[in-house]
Amino acid sequence: MADKKPVLEVRNLTVALPSGADRAHAVEKVSFTVSPGEIVCLVGESGSGKSVIAFTVMGLLAKALKPTGGEILLEGENVLTASEQRLRELRCTRMSMIFQEPMTALNPVMTCGEQIDEVLRTHTKLDPGARRTKILGILKRVKLPEPERIYASYPHQLSGGQRQRIMIAMALVLDPVLLIADEPTTALDVTTQAEILKLIAELQTSQGTGVLFITHDFGVVAEIAHKVAVLRWGELVEMGPTEQILSRPQEGYTRMLISSVPSIVPAHRGVRLDKATVLRTEKLGKTYSGKSFFQKARTVKAAVDVDLDIRKGETLGIVGESGSGKSTVARCIARLIDPTEGKVYLGDTEIATISASRLRPHRRKVQIVFQDPYRSMNPRITIGESIIEGPMNFGLKRDEALARARRLMETVRLDPNSLDRYPHQFSGGQRQRICIARALAMEPELLIADEAVSALDVSVQKQVLELLDEIRVRLNLAVLFITHDLRVAAQICDYVAVMSQGRVVEYGAAEQVFGSPKHDYTKALFAAAPGRHWEFGKFAAA
Amino acid sequence: MLDFIARRLVAIIPVLAVVAVLVFLMLRLTPGDPAAVIAGDNATSDQIADIREKLGLNLPIWQQFGIWIGNMLQGNFGESFFFKKTVAELIAQRVEPTLALALCTLIFAVAISVPIGVAAAYKQGSAFDRSVMAFSVLGFSMPTFVIGYCLIYVFAIELGWLPVQGYVRIAVNFGQFFERMILPSITLSVGFIALIARITRASVLEVLNEDYIRTARAKGLSNRVVLMRHALRNAAVPIMTVIGLGIAILIGGAVVTESVYGLPGLGRLTVEAVLSRDFPTIQTVILLFSVVYVVINLLIDISYTLFDPRIRY
Repeated sequence: MADKKPVLEVRNLTVALPSGADRAHAVEKVSFTVSPGEIVCLVGESGSGKSVIAFTVMGLLAKALKPTGGEILLEGENVLTASEQRLRELRCTRMSMIFQEPMTALNPVMTCGEQIDEVLRTHTKLDPGARRTKILGILKRVKLPEPERIYASYPHQLSGGQRQRIMIAMALVLDPVLLIADEPTTALDVTTQAEILKLIAELQTSQGTGVLFITHDFGVVAEIAHKVAVLRWGELVEMGPTEQILSRPQEGYTRMLISSVPSIVPAHRGVRLDKATVLRTEKLGKTYSGKSFFQKARTVKAAVDVDLDIRKGETLGIVGESGSGKSTVARCIARLIDPTEGKVYLGDTEIATISASRLRPHRRKVQIVFQDPYRSMNPRITIGESIIEGPMNFGLKRDEALARARRLMETVRLDPNSLDRYPHQFSGGQRQRICIARALAMEPELLIADEAVSALDVSVQKQVLELLDEIRVRLNLAVLFITHDLRVAAQICDYVAVMSQGRVVEYGAAEQVFGSPKHDYTKALFAAAPGRHWEFGKFAAA
Repeated sequence: MLDFIARRLVAIIPVLAVVAVLVFLMLRLTPGDPAAVIAGDNATSDQIADIREKLGLNLPIWQQFGIWIGNMLQGNFGESFFFKKTVAELIAQRVEPTLALALCTLIFAVAISVPIGVAAAYKQGSAFDRSVMAFSVLGFSMPTFVIGYCLIYVFAIELGWLPVQGYVRIAVNFGQFFERMILPSITLSVGFIALIARITRASVLEVLNEDYIRTARAKGLSNRVVLMRHALRNAAVPIMTVIGLGIAILIGGAVVTESVYGLPGLGRLTVEAVLSRDFPTIQTVILLFSVVYVVINLLIDISYTLFDPRIRY
């Protein structure tokens, strides 16, 4: 492949950040090439500049960011100096891009067919009949069922995976030489992700397309990349063939990053001692029904016959794809929503059906840490106020609550003197620690972590996971851990419940479920986990 | 969809009932005696009492209300105290100028405000954007009659381009009708343009940050296509909502504008009826305005389905 002329050459690219940003350059002196038929992965944590590079190539940078040095050659043509008109001609004909969020990347008020048709109308002189034939052809190539129906469908009528296929069809309909994929599978479920990765690889091989693939996920890298470039703070740390980077990284940062990827092999957690049950559900169910005067009531069974129990000092994981009902179960357990069937026992008290006023004293015992640390804290009150609000509601005096908050800040390894700061003054990982402190301030018996590490970078994720586990041991806390990430579940859970379509399909000790899955769905889930054959962090001698 | 329309039409009934009660009570509770107005300045108290008796104003309020509602349900809107005609006739005579004024204003306002709103959003922060924003604050805060008199002074009196006042029916002479509609429509539009332009700008700005706008640009579409085909249609729902709400402003503005330009429309009829305490006329006109308002907002809700396939009733 090296002897072929590269489709994309990035040389010494520097992109300036507006003054007042935390650093001068979003991207600094980055160089790499993408050859025909090659998949190059740009890997890095948030803020590493990987997306900035992609947008610079497409000429779609936000106005505040300015490329100030270097060149980007697309088949030898410098796109940095190309006119706006020329860039428009190149887009979708020579270089195409697909994005992270298939849910929002398509125009909701146009049919999928029309949206692909726009590309052909803009860039070709084909007549309507020829365009339609071509579109139906590409829909078939991206393996969408019933192309005719899909053509006339609006995006909201399709699933996330189907929408991403539409995006891919749109990007590849004119056979560009370069495809830029910006985290194209991050928002997708693991089984859908596996299919989309396979599709990209197939199409790319058959057409010889060069792919610039942006991801933060080393599992995906192991699955798809020929070459890997690791970025940090806008600079290229290390680049090389995938096998070399994953097994013999030269740079400390790369080693740290790869070692932070949780292993899919469950950690040995020892046997269950006969501990006290903190929480038990019995045939828990939640049915949503949309009532309407004239229409027939529509019902959705979000959770059906869920039986779980969590004991003191243990972590129970609920894993499943989106829509499997795992968050519904967590919310029912915390009585944030009212279950429609079954019982929830918190200790000896049944809390699923008791009245709100009688539930109140029990609220303290179950606390939740949510997924998005950026949105789960009130931005207008200090973190100290956030932490003491709960305990004070339950009658603790202000100075006692503050003393507790200071102790907890130490527990989550943050500076107790920063209690008077506001959430925006902290990073994502720090905010999640604050959320944990806030939950612990109530001295709960059960801590629910609802995708609590999913929004975090892998190195930060590792630290937060370690912190959670340490707190569990020290406080002998019961933890309910909701996650879609099998690797995370493998590392933190003692017991695992796999959910699909509202039901628990497999439930047992983590080692057993991960080691020898019984149910077909569990098996499919594991088979789809990207990079499952790769043991991250076991480096060969350099 | 038909279900939805039927339900919404049925929902007009309680709205009208509430409006009817409120208007009726307010008229009876505010000071001023229609009989005294009709009788004139030199009337004796006996004459006034006589008129009160004839108009049925001596009956208990609930009985007056019952009679009024009863008559209305039979399609009889009553007889004006003052104009010596049935209210139905009065309204039929006065409806054309108001309808013409409202339609011209609506067309003119939308034709001006949506493009400038889109352009302001596209050139966010530019001098053009800032002047649109300044205009919209000014336009919204200037009283209609001030705008009206300013326009009359400049275009009718100083420049002499257009007539000062008056109305000519469409059927009589379209040219004269049209030139008499220009200034009133502009006057009434100003506030409306300010409102719609501002909402259009905000709505388009929000849409321009959406991922699918980025996708559209990544397809190599021109800015014009991105703006018109992708952004505007997605921004349409809030814009339509404001146009619907703005109809209320339009009705209020029509009262003033018709007075300023001497248009014999429903707005002026309302003012005249209020000044002469002409209860049946006021009640009927207000009810009519309520029906129009509710029906227009129903139409606006239905229009959402044209812009956004995700909205289904």
